[in-house]
Amino acid sequence: MSDLLRLATAGSVDDGKSTLVGRLLYDTKSVLADTLDAVHRASADRGLSTPDLSLLVDGLRSEREQGITIDVAYRYFATPKRSFVLADTPGHVQYTRNTVTGASTAQLAVLLVDARKGVIEQTRRHAAVLALLGVPRLVLAVNKIDLVDYDEVTFSRIAKEFTAHATALGYTEDAVVQIPVSALAGDNVVEKSDRTPWYSGPTLLEHLETVPVEPDPHDAPFRFPVQYVIRPRTAEHLDYRGYAGLVAAGTVKPGDEVVVLPSGRRSTVTKIDTADGELAEAAAGQSVTLLLADDIDISRGDLISVAGNEPVVTDELDATLCWLAEKPLRPGARVLVKHGTRTVQAMVTDLRDRFDEQRLSSVDSPASLELNEIGRVALRLAEPVPLDDYSFSRRTGSFLVIDASDGSTLAAGLVGAPLPLPDNGVESCTGGGTAAPDSHALVSPGP
Amino acid sequence: MTTALDTLGRLESEAIHIFREVAGEFDRPVILFSGGKDSTLLLHLAIKAFYPAPVPFPLLHVDTGHNFDEVIEFRDRVVAQHGLRLEVAKVQDWIDDGRLQERPDGTRNPLQTVPLLDTITQHKFDAVFGGGRRDEERARAKERIFSLRTAFGQWDPKRQRPELWNLYNGRHRPGEHVRVFPLSNWTELDVWNYIEREGVELPDIYYAHEREVYLRDGMWLAEGPWGTARDGETLVRKTVRYRTVGDGSCTGAVESDAADIHAVIAEVAASRLTERGATRADDRLSEAAMEDRKREGYF
Repeated sequence: MSDLLRLATAGSVDDGKSTLVGRLLYDTKSVLADTLDAVHRASADRGLSTPDLSLLVDGLRSEREQGITIDVAYRYFATPKRSFVLADTPGHVQYTRNTVTGASTAQLAVLLVDARKGVIEQTRRHAAVLALLGVPRLVLAVNKIDLVDYDEVTFSRIAKEFTAHATALGYTEDAVVQIPVSALAGDNVVEKSDRTPWYSGPTLLEHLETVPVEPDPHDAPFRFPVQYVIRPRTAEHLDYRGYAGLVAAGTVKPGDEVVVLPSGRRSTVTKIDTADGELAEAAAGQSVTLLLADDIDISRGDLISVAGNEPVVTDELDATLCWLAEKPLRPGARVLVKHGTRTVQAMVTDLRDRFDEQRLSSVDSPASLELNEIGRVALRLAEPVPLDDYSFSRRTGSFLVIDASDGSTLAAGLVGAPLPLPDNGVESCTGGGTAAPDSHALVSPGP
Repeated sequence: MTTALDTLGRLESEAIHIFREVAGEFDRPVILFSGGKDSTLLLHLAIKAFYPAPVPFPLLHVDTGHNFDEVIEFRDRVVAQHGLRLEVAKVQDWIDDGRLQERPDGTRNPLQTVPLLDTITQHKFDAVFGGGRRDEERARAKERIFSLRTAFGQWDPKRQRPELWNLYNGRHRPGEHVRVFPLSNWTELDVWNYIEREGVELPDIYYAHEREVYLRDGMWLAEGPWGTARDGETLVRKTVRYRTVGDGSCTGAVESDAADIHAVIAEVAASRLTERGATRADDRLSEAAMEDRKREGYF
């Protein structure tokens, strides 16, 4: 079992995310005495009788003033069973881009809803974002269960409605777990609650400690974006020429036939080097240096792939964008695309449709794509680039869209269309999970 | 057969990836290096990232003049051993020519910001590596791995770019620079476990030793160029070690018998105080002390 789980939280503002995360940290004794003292002091200053656990995570001045989370915060905690890297993401609509950020590397997401409100617009939007980015597993935490008198019927209704929505987005039923919790009172977060006798499932922490984490598939074809060419030019290493990078997918061994893209030149791996010595094999997630048999021209931006199962090299692609900028996207826009270690000029030649995450339908040929909207586009690149579909490889199927003038990140890009879209646009999220489960993007994330 | 990377292996691989991205995309990177444990770890990882070639960046130390002698000796020895280039910006020089004024409380930690920014501008550094970790403090928990700074070195939390997958966007306008934090996802315990695994050498003051100290605001401070015990404070000889090493005027020692790496790891694992809370007066100034200093251009 993996000893590390990367997870993200999502949910609407005021659903109690920061309090839930504070509760996880507090009940796993990950909060140290001086930090806790500061929270007790600050809570007392605000006239509160019990410590406000959200103060453990809301770190910025404006967050504490407004009592909301603005920016994604990273938290680290560990139990004897596992270590956790938690991306705590804000719930306000204008901060959905942070949910995209947290989801891009998460292996599991905890989506909160308020038991009094049930599944709302923001829940559906976040679930769609999590599905799109290929987060393999979801937990629906039905929070504030104390405020509905620990009512089983309320919980079951929300759980059923959400599961139907998640299934329509392509999740299988065992990839989604629902848990009734009260972050404020501590029910079913770390300690099992005796106020929900009708609930027999795990507490949130028990689930996080035991949920299987999909490993990087070892049978995936090898992908290696070249970051940097290492040429020491010292007496000891006069002819050393190594290609440094992080294995994006698959495995590599000395003797493997590889092809360098986009040039298409072939060679053989002679050595996998690291500062700790040579390796017999390297797998996805490892930073290594490859040496090849032939002296061919390779530089940053090239991709080394297994020969025979290569990505498509193309200067035209269909992609899905999560638009993250205030400035809307219009057809014809000139942008930069950063894919792997290569940045190229690009033009958005067509805005094909906009995804309606409420109705799980699409709107054809919209005039623009606005902040937080998701849509499919056609892109033309200034030069051919080796591309995998996002549903095939999260690391080599993703890219950034960058504003060439000020350098800001405009969008998260996914090669292809990772979300299953029902043909008919009136499918309601309460209509039951009739859409066929899709195996989209259920691969382990990077880095 | 390959085995999955363990936690330390993943953290190392991620840090090496970050170093190589910066080497590939920036013209003039620099590593902040004080000789403290986090910057020593940073340098260790940089050496591994470019092996067998030398590290393609110089080092920069903003020297408050209030350093522990052991740390400066260590700093210079490491620089010589690896054949590196070290740039030192001395806060004293800025005080001497009037660009900075000594603070009434005598602490020089906040005075580092101006020499840092001046040196970044003078050398046109466009990427500056720091050893900051997100587990250190609440404002740091919101920091990106690539953190964009204005021409005035300022950090605007609302203008930070979304950081997606492991694709880092380092584009910046002339005069702007990017602070890069390869240790973002490490915890204090990860750092110590990795130091043990790799056999990384650190200055002796991280391990238990005898020292004359005095108690001020609940912290054991040592004598030095920054001052000594005032009236009502008495110097006592104690067995202590340092959990963080910064400006001597505001870095406290902790009472400890942990004389080697194994004892330190056991102590850190059992500690009920955060590293900064236990030893850094500068973070105790207000609820948002770190955020305010970061906005001004501090690391």
